[in-house]
Amino acid sequence: MSSQVETLVNKEYKHGWVTDIESDVAPPGLSEDIVRLISAKKREPAWLLAWRLKAYRGWLKMLEPHSWPNIRYTPVDYQSISYYSAPRTAKPLGSLDDVDPKLLETYKKLGIPLSEQKILAGVAVDAIFDSVSVGTTYKAKLAEQGIIFCSFGEAVQEHPELVRKYLGSVVPASDNFFAALNAAVFSDGSFVYVPKGVRCPLELSTYFRINSASTGQFERTLIVADEGAYVSYLEGCTAPKRDENQLHAAVVELVALEGATIKYSTVQNWYAGDEQGKGGIYNFVTKRGKCAGNRSKISWTQVETGSAITWKYPSVILQGDDTVGEFYSVAVVNGHQQADTGTKMIHMGRNSRSTIVSKGISAGQGQNSYRGLVKVLPKAAGSRNYTQCDSMLIGNRCGAHTFPYIDVQNSTSSTEHEASTSKIGEDQIFYLKQRGLNTENAISMIVNGFCKEVFQELPMEFAVEAQKLLGISLEGSVG
Amino acid sequence: MLEIRDLRATAGDIEILKGINLTVNRGEVHALMGPNGSGKSTLAQVLAGHPSYQVTSGSVIYEGQDLLDMEPEERAQAGVFLAFQYPVEIPGVSNAYFLRAAYNEIRKSKGLEEIDSMDFIDLLEEKLKVVEWGPEIMSRAVNSGFSGGEKKRNEILQLALLEPKLAILDETDSGLDIDALRIVAAGVNKLRSPDRAFVVVTHYQRLLNYIVPDFVHVLSNGRIAMSGGKDLAHELEAKGYEWVEAASAAAAGAGA
Ligand SMILES: Nc1ncnc2c1ncn2[C@@H]1O[C@H](COP(=O)(O)OP(=O)(O)O)[C@@H](O)[C@H]1O
Ligand SMILES: [Mg+2]
Repeated sequence: MSSQVETLVNKEYKHGWVTDIESDVAPPGLSEDIVRLISAKKREPAWLLAWRLKAYRGWLKMLEPHSWPNIRYTPVDYQSISYYSAPRTAKPLGSLDDVDPKLLETYKKLGIPLSEQKILAGVAVDAIFDSVSVGTTYKAKLAEQGIIFCSFGEAVQEHPELVRKYLGSVVPASDNFFAALNAAVFSDGSFVYVPKGVRCPLELSTYFRINSASTGQFERTLIVADEGAYVSYLEGCTAPKRDENQLHAAVVELVALEGATIKYSTVQNWYAGDEQGKGGIYNFVTKRGKCAGNRSKISWTQVETGSAITWKYPSVILQGDDTVGEFYSVAVVNGHQQADTGTKMIHMGRNSRSTIVSKGISAGQGQNSYRGLVKVLPKAAGSRNYTQCDSMLIGNRCGAHTFPYIDVQNSTSSTEHEASTSKIGEDQIFYLKQRGLNTENAISMIVNGFCKEVFQELPMEFAVEAQKLLGISLEGSVG
Repeated sequence: MLEIRDLRATAGDIEILKGINLTVNRGEVHALMGPNGSGKSTLAQVLAGHPSYQVTSGSVIYEGQDLLDMEPEERAQAGVFLAFQYPVEIPGVSNAYFLRAAYNEIRKSKGLEEIDSMDFIDLLEEKLKVVEWGPEIMSRAVNSGFSGGEKKRNEILQLALLEPKLAILDETDSGLDIDALRIVAAGVNKLRSPDRAFVVVTHYQRLLNYIVPDFVHVLSNGRIAMSGGKDLAHELEAKGYEWVEAASAAAAGAGA
């Protein structure tokens, strides 16, 4: 019967090559000395080192979480990971001309042009290679409007007062095991500040690439939109194929002041492991935004196709009145991938509104869980949430799970939850094949249709990329 | 263009087609009639390559090629088109996007360049006239929430766009009111040409008042029990399918 929707073939991971480049790699292992070494390498001020050390000491007392009901993984050996890897040529870079040509080549292969002449109009890019930012484009143009877009390390040097004010203000170092680890050892990331009343004219974009073996990637991103500001930020990620699991424990903090809007989009395509489930990235990240001022808005859009394990809940704290939080998500699991993703919407301000649209696609033996919390506090009178959770199954060996937690603590607020599960139908595939499409294109079309509400939230170029990625991730999911 | 020889097919353990013989030449319109459950849709699906059916013996030669050896999309690209009895819904995919993708797949298979969206809009405007439709239908998701009649019209629109050599229409008339039936039939008649053949599957004679066939075949229990000209449809209307079944049982009895 399910003749077609069963056979599982391997998909090829397109970004699985390694760049042969000399790196400065810290010896494996984690200790106070390593934390000090990272801080020293980055010539950080004393307050930041103190912050890291406090986080590290807190982390030592925490336990790696293994109580997540739908995710299973072997404990990570934190002493076998190297916490710092930088391309040897990476000094503070004056301009892109200083960037090692091999690195530029790497990004070109990924389809990310770092040279400003060739760059897609309207997208400014910061590229993170292993632990270090290798170049930020369009910086000067943005600076004209007072917008700061640079690597985290640079921000610490040049805008310490901003970093100090907001670092950890949304995701405290003690928040959870991986956030604490990140706070202790984060090596770089991106920093954005958009001043009062400024609408950022470009899409800001960061690409993360893990290259070295046995390194973890612990980047930290901080985005602050001052009163009335607007910014749209895109994040893309890839890593080479390796047999061992690699850890990616990032933290993203967003702060939207009064009347500000932050739109944060992610297309995540880390290496997912081979067909036996060997290797792949553990993607354990903490992403949270705070609508600190009234009438501010934070919108997360994510397309998660890679990683062996994805554990992330981009969340919004709706602190101000009349604030808006949104979460649009597509999570695809194939092969042996596991994803446990969703969001938390914490309503604190009056008339705060949140929308959650989650599309989970499971193929192969993949396990996909949506986990969402909607919490409306007593003071958040007149608040509303709408949640829509749809799951699509391809084949008979995968799974989809939905765990909505709803906690409304006043009588004037309302929440609405809709959920559906569908199986990709042999008849749908056959219909499209009868019109001339091959199986893969047929599935891709059906799945893209299923994800439409999320894709339309993505900026144009990203939407195209996301559609292609989806096609690639599902390659071979149906024989 | 189409030679079906002693075709037998099963679904699971059940034999549904029990030795079909049929020859269709260019430009001809064949009506395939028969009671519910006689195997009309199964024949149509087998010709299109539906994976639920297994061909156990016989052959189908289409334009000199072994049709049964081709993937469903290869058959489509070679000019075999099936208008489904139950068109499938594809939520979230706009009709325009779907039609363009299908059109381009067929072009690509012929080594032609893909059509760009501006040219496609012009082409579509022409094709919409065939089914007397406005452009609104293009932004709706494929067959999603379409009425039964709209789904059938959408099938004929695809037929007009993809310009197949062999069009198989499976009960395109069922569920249509008289106005929709007239539009669909007129659409089909516009697409009749000396190079294109039609196999029109229908349960009722009604459609054949509009689409006048060259040949009529009556399917009964997985076999073609009777063939004739267009008058056979009228005779059937008057005498009912029992007449065919009785006649073919008698013939089988005489042969044994
Ligand atoms: N996929 C299938 N699996 C099992 N039986 C089927 C399948 N398709 C058709 N049949 C059976 O085969 C017979 C012929 O069906 P069908 O071809 O749809 O007839 P028609 O189109 O002439 O009404 C019916 O008895 C039907 O139940
Ligand atoms: Mg039928």
